[in-house]
Amino acid sequence: MKWIAAALIGGSLLLPPFLAGDFYINLASQILIAAIFALSLNLLVGFGGMTSLGHASYLGVAAYLSALLTSQYGLGHGAAAIISISGTVAMAGFFGVIALRATGLGFLMITLALSQVLWGLAYRMSNVTNGDNGITGLTRPAPFGISLESPVSFYWFVLIVTTTAFLMMTIFVSSAFGSSLKGVRDQPRRMAALGFNPWLIRWITFVYAGFWGGISGLLYVYYHKYIHPTSLSTTSSAEALLGVIAGGSGALGGPAVGAALVLLLKNYASAYIERWNMLLGLVFLFIVLVMPTGIVPGFSRLTARLRGETR
Amino acid sequence: MTEPALEVLNLKKAFGGLAVTQDVSLIVQPGERRLIIGPNGAGKTTLFNQISGDLRPNSGQIKLFGTDITRLPPYKRAHRGLSRTYQIITLFADDTIEHNVSLGLLGLRPSRWQMWWPMSQYRDIATEARRALDAVGLLELAGHPVSDIAYGERRRVELAVALAQRPRVLLLDEPLAGLSNAERSTVKALIASIPRETTVVMIEHDMDTALDLAETVTLLNYGRVIVDGERDAVIADERTREVYLGT
Repeated sequence: MKWIAAALIGGSLLLPPFLAGDFYINLASQILIAAIFALSLNLLVGFGGMTSLGHASYLGVAAYLSALLTSQYGLGHGAAAIISISGTVAMAGFFGVIALRATGLGFLMITLALSQVLWGLAYRMSNVTNGDNGITGLTRPAPFGISLESPVSFYWFVLIVTTTAFLMMTIFVSSAFGSSLKGVRDQPRRMAALGFNPWLIRWITFVYAGFWGGISGLLYVYYHKYIHPTSLSTTSSAEALLGVIAGGSGALGGPAVGAALVLLLKNYASAYIERWNMLLGLVFLFIVLVMPTGIVPGFSRLTARLRGETR
Repeated sequence: MTEPALEVLNLKKAFGGLAVTQDVSLIVQPGERRLIIGPNGAGKTTLFNQISGDLRPNSGQIKLFGTDITRLPPYKRAHRGLSRTYQIITLFADDTIEHNVSLGLLGLRPSRWQMWWPMSQYRDIATEARRALDAVGLLELAGHPVSDIAYGERRRVELAVALAQRPRVLLLDEPLAGLSNAERSTVKALIASIPRETTVVMIEHDMDTALDLAETVTLLNYGRVIVDGERDAVIADERTREVYLGT
């Protein structure tokens, strides 16, 4: 059943370039970028038990670095991407050392504070970041000489990266290290007594999540060809967190579904409903009440019940 | 002369103004079976938590086979051969029994850092986990989630997790707590069958059962060692009766 569902979802991801117009293809690209971002956040929230409100830092910093390096320093996209991701990973490593001094609410507050610092810098260091005007006039890369300017070609590019990201994160959480991570999430004291180093396990996961957050940031800036301080804001982090919780942090695909829901409401419903934030709130409330563990685990449970399974 | 397996020297621990471990010293020889007794609140589990590294003492020293481990974090102590069970069972309830034991084995191997293959790919871990479960009589339940099994069986899983690590020193925190008479006999037999290469230090309230397992006994009260020595001598000591046996 799981494999059929996976094949159906995988198959449906191949359809937009053949069936949909540019608007929907672009929307699908944005959903995939948001999905990578939510999946990376879910490494922390769902598998590591570390609820972060500062994950947009990695998206924003990678996007800003890429934008600055290509537009102001004249670097090619390849070199800019490598430097941006390396810088983002290094920053995640440093932020991890600070944030992982605490757990629970303390961890959440530190991640929030750190992201606010970056957001403030992006706003105030206008000589570098161009402040509230953002950085405009950016271009998309052309890997192997293939232009990504058209919605279709960009969609295929994003789909390849998203599939790779999903597979890599699936392997990560299913590995022996992933078992340690889940153990540390549930019973850190027990895991330490068994010989695991809970801090280091969390830190490695934090950095790995930062890496994929950075990848989503690169795709984000390639898509928009523009970057603004809001990409670093608490709202960006909170929307991703909302997607993770709504989709289901316990399931691998849950955050992707949640991210799609948030993005659709944000981009689609906002065209028809002025107070789309209220609609998002109501939808979220409905999910929490009807499927407290999220959409994907909720549907899994529902189908299991329909098939007469007790567990 | 061989190094003691475990040395606790002048250990002190206080929570604010409440002293819970006061100048506690004890020496446990390799292969020894040591029973720690004392009334509720005597500081037995707090002492265990300091030995295992869950709590840092205010002063004093802890040595494992001659090496000072006082400042080592718990995971480093585990790698030096110290293993423990908990008074309140701390297994992973949603995972299978075999997974729980396998985690104990994984914790001491470099493969715990491996980010590619699932733990189930390690045949040697699975084989050892099943051997440990066989030793505690739970092999047929290996594939069941911990949440599906009875409390007494969970106690045996805890023991299997600890024993699978082949510890040099094993701390058992009330391994018989909450068990029926039949289950007590089973767990008692399991503890009795632990090989001599493993030094056992045990906290237990069930004196009738635990004294059979012990060679030496330490009596704690209000965080202090009151009596310490050979089992029969400690039982016969008037202070033991006063503090613990109530006669």
